[in-house]
Amino acid sequence: MANVATMDAGARVSRPKYGSISHDRRWALRWSYFFLVLFAIFFLMPPVYMLITSLKTSAEISAETNPWWVYHPTLANYVELLTSPIYLTFFRNSAIVSAVVVAITMLIAVPAAFALSRMRFWGSTVLATGVFLTYLIPETLLFLPLFKMFAVFNEWTGIELINRWWVLLIIYPTLTVPFATWVMIGYFASIPKELDEAALMDGANYRQILLKVFIPVALPGLIAATIFAFTVSWAQFLYPLAFTTSADQLVLPVGIITTLIKGDVFNWGQIMTGALLGAAPPLIIYAFLMDYYIAGLTAGATKG
Amino acid sequence: MAQVSLRKVVKRFDDVEAVSAIDLDIADKEFVVLVGPSGCGKSTTLRMIAGLEEITDGEIAVDGAVVNDVPPKDRDMAMVFQNYALYPHMTVYENMSFGLRLKRFPKDEIERRVQEAARILDIRELLDRKPRQLSGGQRQRVAMGRAIVRNPKVFLFDEPLSNLDAKLRVQMRTEIKRVHQKVRTTTVYVTHDQVEAMTLADRVVVMNRGKIEQIGAPNHLYHSPATRFVAGFIGSPAMNFIPCRLERAGEGLQVRLSDQIAFAVPAERVARYRPYLEQDNLLFGIRPEHLTEAKPNGEKHLGQFETVLEVTEPMGNETMVFFSIEGREVCGRVSPNAGAREGGRLKMAAALDNMHLIDDASGRVL
Repeated sequence: MANVATMDAGARVSRPKYGSISHDRRWALRWSYFFLVLFAIFFLMPPVYMLITSLKTSAEISAETNPWWVYHPTLANYVELLTSPIYLTFFRNSAIVSAVVVAITMLIAVPAAFALSRMRFWGSTVLATGVFLTYLIPETLLFLPLFKMFAVFNEWTGIELINRWWVLLIIYPTLTVPFATWVMIGYFASIPKELDEAALMDGANYRQILLKVFIPVALPGLIAATIFAFTVSWAQFLYPLAFTTSADQLVLPVGIITTLIKGDVFNWGQIMTGALLGAAPPLIIYAFLMDYYIAGLTAGATKG
Repeated sequence: MAQVSLRKVVKRFDDVEAVSAIDLDIADKEFVVLVGPSGCGKSTTLRMIAGLEEITDGEIAVDGAVVNDVPPKDRDMAMVFQNYALYPHMTVYENMSFGLRLKRFPKDEIERRVQEAARILDIRELLDRKPRQLSGGQRQRVAMGRAIVRNPKVFLFDEPLSNLDAKLRVQMRTEIKRVHQKVRTTTVYVTHDQVEAMTLADRVVVMNRGKIEQIGAPNHLYHSPATRFVAGFIGSPAMNFIPCRLERAGEGLQVRLSDQIAFAVPAERVARYRPYLEQDNLLFGIRPEHLTEAKPNGEKHLGQFETVLEVTEPMGNETMVFFSIEGREVCGRVSPNAGAREGGRLKMAAALDNMHLIDDASGRVL
């Protein structure tokens, strides 16, 4: 390091100013830091504001003080939410729905992606594109026909699907399966063809190739798809808002809004606390699996 | 241990015929090399034998039993791929034992076989490593080890040395030959490198445009190529081809290359070549090593001529010389002491016992 520094100093004296790679690099780094800091501030401001607000009493929130400072910190909001059975119900509903949706998604997406990327069959390319296209249709368009379908289903069979938290287990995969399949197709495509041929020659059948070769090799992609499916189900707002109404059937994002806003009274402290606590699980998962997530999403970008 | 036979095997990809009706019999314990330029159908043929590619028509039999519809896993063949195709998440030991574990071999049997293969290939100290911790040559050994432990009926090699650097390639070539001498498994080996083909094979199958041009022992192909393609493909640098005419010369014949250069046809070939006296489109083929500097005491069957050298390439033990006859570039190999220099004149001699006469229209060697 010291060596580099002295060389640099020497060069500065002797060389005319053509510009240099280290000079370019220094400027590139400065700009990078400038924008990184700018965006970090931009994106961290809301959560920080939420944290600050969650530590205030309702009185302090409505008082005309500096909104970026807590004068009388209190954990009352946290205590109240974490001891409230209804909030814990939302949390439990969210946790169950997300976990089961992730499981369903991966059970469908991984074999589907394997079949679409590796077992050449009639129509497989069309199907693969079709899977992607379904992902492009926004949920805001889908929930109306879905609602209608459930109503008709109810008329025919007498089975009530509306206002049941478990119906989300059927609806969420319509969002998560196409994307997860697409991610896994991309990841499987980066696995050289010779690898499954080697396994075929070694005597493996397709199930064994998938379980013993593809899934272990594509683990980063698998984890990326899992995180994605989890995040989508955890943060999903529109579908649960449309399909569930009773308090005990609600998931966290909808529950916070519907129970903590009473008429035109906004219980800001608890809303912020609830949102912060709700954001914790994905945050923890990302923190632990971030490296895998990035490796998964950039798979195939370079060979090797 | 097995015989493999291909009968009128055809492979079509949509409209393209990659392999057209080839017949090939591979004897038990034989080392057969399929060689040819890229796109000649050699890899497709190998993959059809492996079962990785369905065959469009014809039949492939192993030990007399047709295997057209037998899936690869039941053909009992092992394959070594160009890019090694090692399972990246498994150790060397796990890679080598994967096939045996799938077939539920007892643990001690697996252990015994892996250790034995590792001993043959000298990779015993690598068994706990992952593929990414290995060099190219080591990966290649592991890929071979994975094939050996299975003790299959047939080994299939698909350009296994193409990804290695030149020095390692020569080393691994010897290694493959040594392994084959030890385990004596029927082997089909695909390469585009004619040197690999010549050095490894019991028999070489030269393929071109989906067809077999010639099958034969390496030396046979070298000295008696059946077609112009084989003559040009086998041997490096490649054989020279010069347009020529056959002429009467007294009792015998001579090949005329240019107004100045004509060689007497060796007496024992006169009868064979006589029918082609009036024919157009004849090529005179001769390998560079049979075009050398003329020795003072002119030997028998040496057609001598003088030429101006255009390029010389000293190799140390010999010098490549390039000159032209009737506008065709011709390569010869002379002694480093022959005094060859660029732009200089040199008296050359052609060893006519090793000449070939080729019908350019049909590509046949006459």
